[in-house]
Amino acid sequence: MQVPAPFGYERATSVDHAIQLLEQLGPEARLVAGGHSFIPMMKLRLAQPEHVIDINPLAAELGTISIDGSDLVIGAMARHNDLLGSAVVGEHFPVLHDAERVIADPVVRNRGTIGGSLCQADPAEDLSAALSALHATAVIRGSGGTRTVAVRELHTGPYETVVGDAEMLTHIRVPIRNGCGSAYEKVERRVGDWAIAAAAAAVWMDGGIISDAGIGLCAVGAEHFVSTDAEAVLRGQAPSDDVIAAAAAAAAAGCNPTTDQRGPAEYKRHLAGELTARALRRAIARAQGAAA
Amino acid sequence: MSHDHHNSVSVTVTVNGEQRTAEAEGRTLLVHFLRDTLGLTGTHWGCDTSNCGVCVVAVDGVPMKSCTVLAAMVDGCEVTTVEGLEGPDGLHPIQEGFIECHGLQCGYCTPGMMITAKWLLEQNPDPSEHEIRDGLSGQLCRCTGYHNIVEAVRFAADKLNNKEVSA
Amino acid sequence: MTDTAVPTSAAGNPIGFGRMLRKEDVRFVRGHGNYVDDVQLPGMLHGAILRSPYAHARIVSIDTSEAEAHPKVHAVITGATLETLGLAWMPTLSYDTQAVLATDKVRFHGQEVAFVVAEDRYSARDALNLIDVEYEPLPVVVDAKKALDADAAVIRDDKDGKTDNHIYDWEAGDAVKADEAFAAALADGGVVVEQEMLYPRSHPAPMETCGTVAHMDPITGKLVLWSNTQAPHAHRTVYAMVAGLPEHKIQVIAPDIGGGFGNKVPIYPGYVCSIVGSIVTKRPVKWMEDRSENLMSTGFARDYHMKGRIAATKDGKILGLQVDVLADHGAFHATAQPTNYPAGFFHIFTGSYDYGAAHCKVTAVYTNKAPGGVAYACSFRITEAVYLVERIVDCLADELGMDPAELRMKNLIQPEQFPYTTPTGWEYDSGDYPRALQLALDMAGYEELRREQAEKRAKGELMGIGISFFTEGVGAGPRKHMDILGLGMADGCELRIHPTGKAQIRLSVQTQGQGHETTFAQIVSHQLGIPPEDVEVIHGDTDNTPFGLGTYGSRSTPVSGAAAAVVAERVREKAKIIAATALECSVDDLEWELGRWQVKGDPDNGKTIQELALLAHSSLELPEGVEGHLDASAVYNPPNLTYPFGAYICVVDIDPGTGMVKVRRFIAVDDCGPRINPMIVEGQVHGGLVDGIGMALMEVIAFDENGTCLGGSYMDYLLPTPMEVPMFELGETVTPSPHHPLGCKGVGESATVGSPAAVVNAVMDALKPYGVRHADMPLTPAQVWMTMQGRPLRTDLAFTD
Repeated sequence: MQVPAPFGYERATSVDHAIQLLEQLGPEARLVAGGHSFIPMMKLRLAQPEHVIDINPLAAELGTISIDGSDLVIGAMARHNDLLGSAVVGEHFPVLHDAERVIADPVVRNRGTIGGSLCQADPAEDLSAALSALHATAVIRGSGGTRTVAVRELHTGPYETVVGDAEMLTHIRVPIRNGCGSAYEKVERRVGDWAIAAAAAAVWMDGGIISDAGIGLCAVGAEHFVSTDAEAVLRGQAPSDDVIAAAAAAAAAGCNPTTDQRGPAEYKRHLAGELTARALRRAIARAQGAAA
Repeated sequence: MSHDHHNSVSVTVTVNGEQRTAEAEGRTLLVHFLRDTLGLTGTHWGCDTSNCGVCVVAVDGVPMKSCTVLAAMVDGCEVTTVEGLEGPDGLHPIQEGFIECHGLQCGYCTPGMMITAKWLLEQNPDPSEHEIRDGLSGQLCRCTGYHNIVEAVRFAADKLNNKEVSA
Repeated sequence: MTDTAVPTSAAGNPIGFGRMLRKEDVRFVRGHGNYVDDVQLPGMLHGAILRSPYAHARIVSIDTSEAEAHPKVHAVITGATLETLGLAWMPTLSYDTQAVLATDKVRFHGQEVAFVVAEDRYSARDALNLIDVEYEPLPVVVDAKKALDADAAVIRDDKDGKTDNHIYDWEAGDAVKADEAFAAALADGGVVVEQEMLYPRSHPAPMETCGTVAHMDPITGKLVLWSNTQAPHAHRTVYAMVAGLPEHKIQVIAPDIGGGFGNKVPIYPGYVCSIVGSIVTKRPVKWMEDRSENLMSTGFARDYHMKGRIAATKDGKILGLQVDVLADHGAFHATAQPTNYPAGFFHIFTGSYDYGAAHCKVTAVYTNKAPGGVAYACSFRITEAVYLVERIVDCLADELGMDPAELRMKNLIQPEQFPYTTPTGWEYDSGDYPRALQLALDMAGYEELRREQAEKRAKGELMGIGISFFTEGVGAGPRKHMDILGLGMADGCELRIHPTGKAQIRLSVQTQGQGHETTFAQIVSHQLGIPPEDVEVIHGDTDNTPFGLGTYGSRSTPVSGAAAAVVAERVREKAKIIAATALECSVDDLEWELGRWQVKGDPDNGKTIQELALLAHSSLELPEGVEGHLDASAVYNPPNLTYPFGAYICVVDIDPGTGMVKVRRFIAVDDCGPRINPMIVEGQVHGGLVDGIGMALMEVIAFDENGTCLGGSYMDYLLPTPMEVPMFELGETVTPSPHHPLGCKGVGESATVGSPAAVVNAVMDALKPYGVRHADMPLTPAQVWMTMQGRPLRTDLAFTD
């Protein structure tokens, strides 16, 4: 079996302690939460940090999912299964349950964390697309204090985020607005595989009109995991087959998939459109069901 | 847990009800800690990428892929391995189910499969075929074709449910 | 279900054949199996292999000094070290040579370059990074179809005078007769259908990877090798031949094995390295490959580029079949099959149909890929053969506009034609093919499925029904025809009956999950009436079992099972003499009644096998020349293969918007003769069906233009999870083999052999509205969608835009 290269193991006892350790140990230190993306990379020696800071003890501090004012707040240490098991998440944002059901497998979901997934920033990471569609924000803490960025702005490229060397993502905030419906659609080669392509759709309905929309795209090279073109098509429209088709076409046109063993680019582009349409239909139905 | 420079960590875990303490490197994976350090070879390993699930053990009651967890991370935790499934009254119904329904052939995936199946039934005492398959979707088996594993889990569910009814 | 005709033991087990829970499970479910990586020896060191990042490169230099300086490293072994021992190259099972550690060049991505022995597995892995190898990259041969091009790089320039990548040409059948049949078909207004198809490279990928613990005792000179080999005795002999070690000083122990599927038949460089490591360090050395090493370097399966042509009358009577095969064997010709059969048993490709003309030509080539080719429950390439014929029969049905079930039924060999000699020379021993196909059709509700499909098609929904009928040939094999490296494929068996009537049977074969500890006890029980719980099965240790070639090619029951039946028969005959002596009668006056010799016409006057066992060890005076005890031994040389067969039907639904295939139903009717333990047979069929679904839908090892392996982890080499497969619907017919002492046929690989074609036929049936007749496996969502666009992909190479 493959094994990681040697590293110094540290255990953080609080968020402040974790940040302090990051500052003290420098840029070759890495936070590890669930570790289900990062430890395999260490085993394959694609990642060789000098220090690993175990933040699992922060699960109590950062593992909760709650409503704070008009936001759903998800702690970065919430495990995938916590999100999937949360009734409040299902009530407001079924897209997150849709996505969680198809992220890896139940045992991995027991360990993997929301923050870890987002910070790993894999181009095929599902929650980045789902949370971007929901216009969620990320709360990032450093020794100088806390800042927030849109999840859409979190990723600067494959495996890269705006989270600094001595910062950590602590929470995700998802604004709760009336009339919301959302859904996630994914095609994978096999259950548990990374997406060939996936699409998240969120719509906010107001008097029969789509007042706002979010279209997240996963694994198809969409800038910031979203299709702002598709969102623009939807805003201000009454839902119809034509509007959905136009949004899907915009999503397909605007993405930039690459050919690999999951499929040729043209297939992935097709899926971007097809799955956007499917997710939109379900999101709209859910919004209308919620309104009824 | 105590530190010795960067590399050596003292890890204390309660494995199958027994408290064990041993030194490990910071990088030591839980599966190796269990197998090589503590001598509990019932837990196997099959891949490096957390795909196959043959290394699954329960940490504080929750199944995890022990090839993707550092031993140091479970310091202070309770770990249940296949060796701990059998109780004072004999085999756990999951173990009985795997025997009765021929849910194993080479036996290599079986320990992890049973640990996850046991948890699955704790979450959902009366799972459908689809729910069993979904719950075990992170556990690969190359021999059985899963058919009899589904039957084995159903056997255990029925047995556990009847037990509750009669008790 | 337990056969009600079979009496049961006090423990509730059948005395003989029938459903019985497995004896081995009591240790497995408690975590007390003993696999190679569970072996811990005092002072044991750990090995790790440095592998080539290139598919083809000259080795300019290897600097191991830094690795050797690592405080926990005990030895670093390179090809140069091995050269001094004459072990840098080893023979393959196909009379080629394979580098143990590369000396001149590396020839595939992942090839073995150096071996580190260290205190622990972590340090061994660390030290690999300290070895500095300078490579000079060479042009690579990735596409088998270009391997024989004049400008292709020559991979095996280590072989004197080798100027191309050709390995062999091999033919079977009658080319002239086949040509005549094709010409006649066309002259009579018949049809000829041609189809190219690839059976892509896949991998057995057992859950447990390959490994060894080697312990060469420096004082006694005895080598003990724990190894998860499917063929411990053959390995012992090959080690003796290769390394010049005296064979009586080699003990190979195959402990519990976490699945084999043919992956654990060959001897791999890591095994040799661990032996050398133990010799060098004078300590036991464990080497376990990781998953990537398993997928990238050990015995792959298939990789057959096939072109078939089938001829038939216009009303669907098959007249002939021709096949050209381009076989990609990778960098070393290392397939594991009987000597006289370089393409394995591929020439059984004529299938289950009655026609007179067939011919195949197989050309094998070297490429810059890992060696192997015969593995993954393929029955020596019958998987490829069945896929070819069952796919092309469906293409013929499509051409003729005939129902594929009807076309098959029309051409199946009839029961009265057995034994049936095929146009390529096989003698099928027995069968009732139409009965099996009809049963499968009935179980499936075939007519109803076709009606449903028509309704769905009208609505634009994609549903497919695929049929496959297969004939397997298993139980290699007759010694006069079949050997591996000169070792005839007969297997020994020894049976000891202890004085109290308990038995121990020693087998030459080794289980990898097949349940031998149970089924072989049942065979003894069937023959002698001893309860199966009173029979201990001993296997896997060459010091304690008789010679034989091992478990692969579904040969355990046909060969070793027959040996067990014969040896038990010998015990019974010996017991008869003891009984006659004890009962003071003639042996001719005795008759056997389950577990007992009794006087004919006086059934109360008899002795049980247990009583006779004690008498055999007692002071009872025996006739002149009769030795005491009941122990016996036997060697079984099969007169022919056994020919299990079956009819499979797969039903799929396809999402037209995404190309995702869902296997809705799978009906499998198998005929393997009498079933020793129906529960175990059904379990093996279940497993094989999932293998077939995996190959058809997701499993593949492709290579990019640099020869980089694209299937080197479980993230890229996909095995089916429980979610991709349905509950299976199994059926059974029973046609005993006329030559096996118990009538049994092998079954371990039947479902793997038979099922891929059923799945692919179902998918292609669903895609009929798109007018594409064939697409290569695996039928991933991308491949299905591209097929719907009329442009199926080549699956053995990296996808490109």
